[in-house]
Amino acid sequence: MLVSPYAFLAQVVQFLVALAAAPLLTGWINQWRAWLQNKTAPSLLQPYYVLHKLFQKEAVAAENASPLFRATPYVVFGCMALACGIVPAVSTDLPLAPAADAIALVGLFALARVFISLAAMDVGTAFGTLGARREMLIGFLAEPALLMALFCASLITSSTSLSAIVNKMAHSQFQLYPSMAFAGVAFTIVSLAENARVPVDNPATHLELTMVHEALVLEYSARHLALLEWAASLKLFAYSCIGLALFFPYGVAQADAPLAMLISLPALGLKLAVGGFALALIETVSAKLRIFRVPEFLAVAFVLAVIGLLVHGLLGA
Amino acid sequence: MIALLTQAINLFAAILLILAFAMITQRRILNLVHLFTAQGLTLVAATLDVGYLTAQHSLYVSAAFAFALKVVVLPTLLHRLTDRLQVRFDVEPLLNTPVTMLIGILLVAFAFDLASPIAALSASIARATLGIALASVLLSFLMMITRAKAVPQVIGFLSMENSLFFAATAATNGMPMLVELGIALDALMAFLIGGVFMFQIREQFDSLDIRHLERLREE
Amino acid sequence: MTALTLLLACPIVGALLLAGLGHTRIGAEVNIAASAATTACALWLAAKVAADGSLLAYGELFYIDSLNMFLVTLTAFVGLTTSIFSRPYMRIERDHGRMTPLTMRVYHAAYQLFLAMMLFALTTNNLGALWVAMEAATLCTVLLVSVYRTAAALEAAWKYFILCGVGIAQALFGTLLLYLAADRLIGGGEGALLWTHLEAVKTQLEPTILSLAFVFLLIGYGTKTGLVPVHHWLPDAHAEGPTPISAVLSGLLLNVALYAILRCKVLADGALGNGLPGRAMVVFGLVSVLLAAFLLHRQRDIKRLFAYSSIEHMGLITFAFGLGGPIANFGGLLHMTMHSLTKSAIFFAVGHAAQKAGTQVMDEIRGLLQISPTVGWGLMLGSLAILGMPPFGVFASEFLILTSAMRQLPWAAPLLLLALAVAFAAVLARVQPMVFGETTVKRLPHPPALIPVFTHLGLGLLLGLFIPPFLANWYARAATLLGG
Repeated sequence: MLVSPYAFLAQVVQFLVALAAAPLLTGWINQWRAWLQNKTAPSLLQPYYVLHKLFQKEAVAAENASPLFRATPYVVFGCMALACGIVPAVSTDLPLAPAADAIALVGLFALARVFISLAAMDVGTAFGTLGARREMLIGFLAEPALLMALFCASLITSSTSLSAIVNKMAHSQFQLYPSMAFAGVAFTIVSLAENARVPVDNPATHLELTMVHEALVLEYSARHLALLEWAASLKLFAYSCIGLALFFPYGVAQADAPLAMLISLPALGLKLAVGGFALALIETVSAKLRIFRVPEFLAVAFVLAVIGLLVHGLLGA
Repeated sequence: MIALLTQAINLFAAILLILAFAMITQRRILNLVHLFTAQGLTLVAATLDVGYLTAQHSLYVSAAFAFALKVVVLPTLLHRLTDRLQVRFDVEPLLNTPVTMLIGILLVAFAFDLASPIAALSASIARATLGIALASVLLSFLMMITRAKAVPQVIGFLSMENSLFFAATAATNGMPMLVELGIALDALMAFLIGGVFMFQIREQFDSLDIRHLERLREE
Repeated sequence: MTALTLLLACPIVGALLLAGLGHTRIGAEVNIAASAATTACALWLAAKVAADGSLLAYGELFYIDSLNMFLVTLTAFVGLTTSIFSRPYMRIERDHGRMTPLTMRVYHAAYQLFLAMMLFALTTNNLGALWVAMEAATLCTVLLVSVYRTAAALEAAWKYFILCGVGIAQALFGTLLLYLAADRLIGGGEGALLWTHLEAVKTQLEPTILSLAFVFLLIGYGTKTGLVPVHHWLPDAHAEGPTPISAVLSGLLLNVALYAILRCKVLADGALGNGLPGRAMVVFGLVSVLLAAFLLHRQRDIKRLFAYSSIEHMGLITFAFGLGGPIANFGGLLHMTMHSLTKSAIFFAVGHAAQKAGTQVMDEIRGLLQISPTVGWGLMLGSLAILGMPPFGVFASEFLILTSAMRQLPWAAPLLLLALAVAFAAVLARVQPMVFGETTVKRLPHPPALIPVFTHLGLGLLLGLFIPPFLANWYARAATLLGG
């Protein structure tokens, strides 16, 4: 099966945009968090400087670290990059589209989570294990909720492939879907949990006892840490793009229309900017939840997504 | 435009259901009052929508009354009440949140199942949302019986009345004006009496925790 | 027309007057006067209906027929006798410091308003207005139950408020479904909820909607009737409220709630034709009778004891109406009247007994006959009457209900007999030591109200021995109306 050159181009553009723009998105969110709290913001390109600095340093690992420990950053980075490449952010005509099943995507995230949790426990420190346990707790509850939210969209478009979902929703007549309202709220809650944002986890914390995500990467340094930080940005980028694909899929280029990418790229940029601002706003007005309340929070997301499915069954929309 | 407005009814119904769920999980009483106000607003919007689509002017009047009562009068009274009673937080509800949510799902499924044959027989433009309205009623009922403080119980009662109003709009494009006026009056009276009671309960027990009110047992 | 207007206006005017005058020396007298005026109007209206047949008034908003006429008269009459009883009772309560001027005003005004709402509910033709009046009556009684402002009274009133609020909301949903069914058939607007219109087309109403509507209405109004399992508010409300309120709750409000169920049952029976409403009522009624009877012996408080007795009797009446057929319906209607009269008489006696003893706990009330023969005999005769001893009226109605049960639903009859026997034993075992034996009670500063107790018991006895033909006709016509 030959891949059309436009599709190939779209795929490459998507990868490049994801890799390049993910740290920019993180920087944008950090800026807005600072401004909303009346502080001076770091530069928009600060994440790039951090990555650059980390790549220059010499990687150090614990004496008893296993090969898994050393391999994990690459695995995680690969998973996230692949996830970014699959989600139809720029165009729906991607050669990897057949693999862009919603379930496969969730599986990719799960793979990354397993590796990083194991690596955190690998060295045997207390905080690593703490972080791993918490990460698994959150993931265990967030995955079903995410799947249910994705299934809401699947029921409407009769397909689990993200490209098909975007095609049907963006390029058919505009319609209000009540079940998507439920799925939207559920998805927001899940993305906050999965990307280690307030109210589930504070990404700027330095207190180890309150960490979830940061505790997983405590033992890493230099290029390993750089890859993991970049992977975290890519995960946020991927989740944002999934959210946009499900709920605001307008402006995404269709098949065999390479010039449409000229519209879809700025459109993506605009949508991500607004989404980033919204995320910073949510983070500013929410207080971090206590750990034992996080399962309740995610249970709410799960229940809302299930209700969305039921509402779809009732209303047909 | 017409198609969009028709779909908007379903959206309002969905928002109503989300608000009902949010009320169940909310612990701060001030947030409950805000959610109740939001519910009132959604209700008014839905009634106006149905009124516009079916060209029934009685629904505009109905929406005006609902706005005056449920968005202005009752929330103001609730705010004053919570201020004077100095209540801020609820204690731990009687069932923990995940269990309450699961019961909520069962109630929603039950309500949808119950309402579908009825909805098929209604001629209203919003008939599909009757199941959602019934689900909101049952969820408000759940909220009333799983709360341990007096103010959330009263808010649950008012929210139940809101959902019934929406059910009336969904099933039959509103009840006759006389009846709706009577219902609104009753709701207001009930709230005022409830408010008076809360002061008396607080005076007696120095707290609004209704678990103090469990001494009359079966003998 | 005038009779009806005056009937509804008298209590409302009374309520307004008493809101200002309730705590004065003439407060209780004004209460009695308003109730007397209401009773006079009720009798006048009854005479008109007896002469002219069913009445429609105010553009079909009100409808008086044989079913609600005797209930209207009964309500007004019991309201009058209770207000006569309430005069010395409340005076003693005030002397004991349990009532303040403010609460006296609230009590009197809410009492009249409560009567007004019940009469409105009984006479209205519009099912939506019926709901509004029921809810208003409930709110009045919530205020009345809490009037002592003690911890227990507040708890009882709050429980009543929440449970009946939930129940009444379900009844509203049922009414909504009825409106939906009517809307489909005869078009919407004000006329769609009129019972007379619906009754004319009841066979064409949509069965699915009606069956669901009836279930909601049964559970909703059944909460107010005290049917198990939604009866939990009833014992507390009776025990903690003032005794006159216990008397009108048991004697009147439960009847009005059951009346609402009956109106809806007629419609549902016409639409469904498969006896589902009747069967549902039979089940609820039977469960109520059994549960209440078996819980009687565990009660320590005298008013709770008779509250459970009310649940038992309302269950029996519901069972009778569920059976259907002319005899069972007649028995049910007769029992409603008899229970009303007898139970309120008992509560009058109980009220004074509790005041004399200073407590409601039965173990601490002893030897009423020694110090106050009237109260003692009132209690004894009342208890015998309510337990179904001949020749009191309750025996006649229970006999009719039991024989219908034996004929139509044979397996239920032994259960009913068992429940009645258990209740007999439990209540009599409790009442006997209270009335006979050495006394522990004191004299009261004011003479107790004798007339209401013995008037009611006398009426009960009279109707047990001989039912006047016009009354029998009325019951028979109402029984046919209820069908089944």
